[in-house]
Amino acid sequence: MTDATIENAPYAFVRKETLPQESPPLSVAGPLAWIRANLFSGPVNSLMTLVCVYIVVTSVPDLVRFYLIDAVWSGANRDACLADKVGRPVGACWAYIADRFQYFIYGSYPIPQRWRVNIVFAMFALGIVWLLWDRMPLKKVGFFFFFVLLPISAYLLLLGGPAAEGFLRTLLILTFALMAIYLVLSFVPGLARFWIGPAFLAVEEALPPWKRFYRVKRLILLSLVVLGVIAILADSAGLPRVDTGLWGGMVVTFLISAVGIVFSLPLGVMLALGRRSRLPIIQFLSVVFIEFVRGVPLITVLFMANTMLPLFVPQEYSPDRLLRPLVGVALFAAAYMAEVIRGGLQAIPKGQYEGAMSLGLGYWSMMRLIILPQALRIVIPGIVNTFIGLFKDSTLVTIVGIFDFLRTIEATLVDPTWATPTTRATGYAFAAVFYFLCCWGMSRYSIAVEQRLAAGQRR
Amino acid sequence: MTTIPTETRQPGKASLLYDPKIRGYAYQILLLAVVGFLVWSAASNAIENLRAQKIASGFGFWHNAAGFDVNQKLIPFSASGSTYGQAFYVGLLNTLLVASIGIVLSTFLGFFVGVARLSSNWVLAKLAMIYVEVIRNLPLLLQLFFWYNAVLKPLPDARNSIALPGSIFLNNRGLIMPNPQFGPAFQAVVVAFFLAAFAAIAFYIWSKRQQERTGKQYPNGLITLGLILGLPLIVYFLAGQPLSFDLPQQGRFNLTGGLQIYPEFVALLIGLTTYTAGFIAEVVRAGILAVSKGQTEAANALGLRAGPTLKLVVIPQAMRVIIPPLTSNYLNLTKNSSLAVAIGYPDLVQVFTGTVLNQTGQAVEVVAITMAVYLTISLVTSLFMNIYNKRMALVER
Repeated sequence: MTDATIENAPYAFVRKETLPQESPPLSVAGPLAWIRANLFSGPVNSLMTLVCVYIVVTSVPDLVRFYLIDAVWSGANRDACLADKVGRPVGACWAYIADRFQYFIYGSYPIPQRWRVNIVFAMFALGIVWLLWDRMPLKKVGFFFFFVLLPISAYLLLLGGPAAEGFLRTLLILTFALMAIYLVLSFVPGLARFWIGPAFLAVEEALPPWKRFYRVKRLILLSLVVLGVIAILADSAGLPRVDTGLWGGMVVTFLISAVGIVFSLPLGVMLALGRRSRLPIIQFLSVVFIEFVRGVPLITVLFMANTMLPLFVPQEYSPDRLLRPLVGVALFAAAYMAEVIRGGLQAIPKGQYEGAMSLGLGYWSMMRLIILPQALRIVIPGIVNTFIGLFKDSTLVTIVGIFDFLRTIEATLVDPTWATPTTRATGYAFAAVFYFLCCWGMSRYSIAVEQRLAAGQRR
Repeated sequence: MTTIPTETRQPGKASLLYDPKIRGYAYQILLLAVVGFLVWSAASNAIENLRAQKIASGFGFWHNAAGFDVNQKLIPFSASGSTYGQAFYVGLLNTLLVASIGIVLSTFLGFFVGVARLSSNWVLAKLAMIYVEVIRNLPLLLQLFFWYNAVLKPLPDARNSIALPGSIFLNNRGLIMPNPQFGPAFQAVVVAFFLAAFAAIAFYIWSKRQQERTGKQYPNGLITLGLILGLPLIVYFLAGQPLSFDLPQQGRFNLTGGLQIYPEFVALLIGLTTYTAGFIAEVVRAGILAVSKGQTEAANALGLRAGPTLKLVVIPQAMRVIIPPLTSNYLNLTKNSSLAVAIGYPDLVQVFTGTVLNQTGQAVEVVAITMAVYLTISLVTSLFMNIYNKRMALVER
C-alpha cells in the first residue's frame, strides 16, 4: 500500500508550501490609480502630461485675466480702455464691443429702418426652427416658407423702394387670383382635370368642398398672410429703398449664408441628378460644372463674379455690388452640395428605384416621392457640414469689398474713437466667439441628427 | 364548343411625346440650346462692354512691362524690367512655396494631433480635442487676420528687434535669419545627399527581400539615417566646408544683411498649417478608428507588441482610409492659400488677379488663367489619387 500523500508525490514540481501573501496592490481603483494609468503610465506619457499641464497653467490664467478680470465693461470712448487713464492694467475692451454692437449687427443700415431687418431675422429664426426641429409640424409648409416666402420677404423688406413695392403689389394680386381660382375649384373640382390626373381628382371630389385641395390652399393662405402683413407695414410705415451699399455686419453674413443654402440646395439636387443621369450631354455638363467649381478657390469665383459678371450682361442690367458675390457663393455652394447629395443618391439601394418604376412612376415622380426624400434625409449631416463651410467661407466676401461681419470688425479697428492696444484682441475674440457658437452649434445639430438616423442600426 | 376569338392586341403605340428616348433627346437639345444661348449672349455682351470701356482683349498684356514690385520673389523680378508674365510666375512660385511647406508641416501637426486625440492620456486627448474644435469652427480668414494683425504686426520695429540665439532677429518686418552662402563645392554635398538617398532606398529594398527570404531583420532606420546624414557630412568636410553664413547686422535704424522672411509669409504659413492640421487630425482619427479592434487583438494574439502592431497592422490599413481625404485636404490648403490676398502675401491671386487685373483691366483673361492654374493642380492631383486608389483598393474576390 502506497500512501499517496503530498510528501512522497512523484512529481518534483509540486509546491509543498504556500507562498507568502502578496501585499495588496497600492491602488487599482479610485482617482489615484486612474491618474497613474492614464497620465503617468510611462516616461513619454508623463512628459506629455507635464507639457500639457504646463501649457494650460501658463495660458488659461492669462486669458481669464485678460478677457474677464482686467476687462473693461463700460465706457464711452478709448479713454476707458487706456491703462494710464484708468490707472490699472487693462485687458479686453468690451466697452468697445458694447458701443459698436449695433454696427456689428446692422452695418450702416439706417437706424429708423432697422425694424425691417429685425422682422427678417425673426422670420429667418422661425424658418430655421421650423425646418430643423423635428417636433415641428407641417414640415412641407415650412419648406415652402423657408425656400420661397422667406427670400421674397427678405428682398421686399430689406431693399424696399418703388421696385420692391411694385413687386409686392404684383405678388399680392397673383396670390389673390390663385386664391380665387382655388375657391372656385373647391366647389367645381371638375375644372382641375386639365392638370390633375383623374385618380387624384376623384380623391379630391370625394371630400367636402372646404377640404378639397387643402395642401395648395394652406400654402396660398400662408403666402397671403405673410405678404399681407408686409403690405400693411409698407403702407403704414413706408419702405424707403435702402441701398445695398449700406448693408453690413451680421445681416450680410446671414444673408450670404441664407442665399447660399436656399439656392444651393435645389441647384445641388439638380446637379446631382444630372450627374447621375443616363443622358450623356446632361451628365457631361453637370460633371464639368461640378468639377470646375470644386477645383478652383472660392476667391477666384468671387473675383470672377465681381469683375466678369458685369461684363456678361448688358450694361443697363449691371448687377448690384452685393448681388455679384451672392451669385458666386450660390454657384460655389451648389457644386459642393451636389456632391453631398450624390452620395445620398448612391446610398439608396437599387431596389427602391426598381420598386418605384414597377409601380409605374415616371422619373420625376420617382425622384420626388421615393428617392429624394430618403436620399436627402441620410445626407442631412453632410448638408449641415457643407453649410458650416459655407458660413465660414462667407467671410471671404470681405476681399471683394462687401461689409460682412468680419469686415465691420476690421473697419472699427481703424476708428480712432476706440484705438487702444487691446481693441484688436477684443474685436477678434468677439468675432471668434460669434463664429464658434454658430459653427459649433450647427455641428452639434448634425451630430444629433446622425445619431437619430443611426437609431435603426443600433443594437 | 365555343371558340373564344383571340384578340391580337398590338402593344399600344405610344405617342412620340411619351417615348423616353425621344424625350431624352429633347431634354438634352433643350439644355444645350439654353447653355449655348447663355454662353453666346454672355460672350456678345462681354465683347460689347469691353469695346465700350475701351479694354483690350487677348493675351498681349503678357509681355507688357509690369511696373510694380513684389517683396517676396523666388525669381528675379523688378518694377522696371519685368513683364506681367514674369509677375505671374512670381505669384505662382510663391503659391507653390507656401502650399508645399504648409502641406509638410500640417501633415506632421495633423498626425500628431489626430493620434493625440486617441491617446489614453486624458489631458493630452482633451487638449487635442479643444484644438480641433476651435480651429475647425473658426473661419480661416479670421485666423489669418489674428496671426498677421494681432500676433506679428505688434512685434517691435527694426530698431528694437528681438534677438534670438543664432543671430536670428524678430521684428515687425519679419524674421531675419543668417543667409546661407553656398560655395561652388557645395554641389558635391548635394550630389552626396542624393546618392545617399538612393543607397538608402536600395538598402531598404534589399533588406526587405532578405527578410522575406530568411526572416532576418536589419536596423533599417539607423542605416538610413546614417547614410542620409553621414555621407553628405563627410563630403562636406572633405570639400572644405563650402558653406558660410551672411549674418544680419544690427545697425542704428535697421538690420542689414541676412535672409528676411516676411511676416505675411509667416502668418499665412502658420494660419494654413494650423487650420489644415485641425482637419487632417480628424481624418487621421477617423482612419485609425476605422481599423477594427479585431485586427489589433489578432496582432496581439500573434505575439506582436504595441509598436509592431501599430506599424505593421494598424497603420497600413488606416492609410487606405486616410489617404483620399488627406489629399483633398492638401488641395484645400493649396486653394486656401489664395486667402493670402487678404493679408498681402504676394501669391498668385494677390499678384495676378489683384495687381495685374487692376492695372490691365483684362478681367476675363486674368481670371481664366488663374482658374486654369488651380484647376490644373486639382485635376492632376485627383488623377494621381485615382491611380493610387486603384492600387490600394482591397482586392476582392
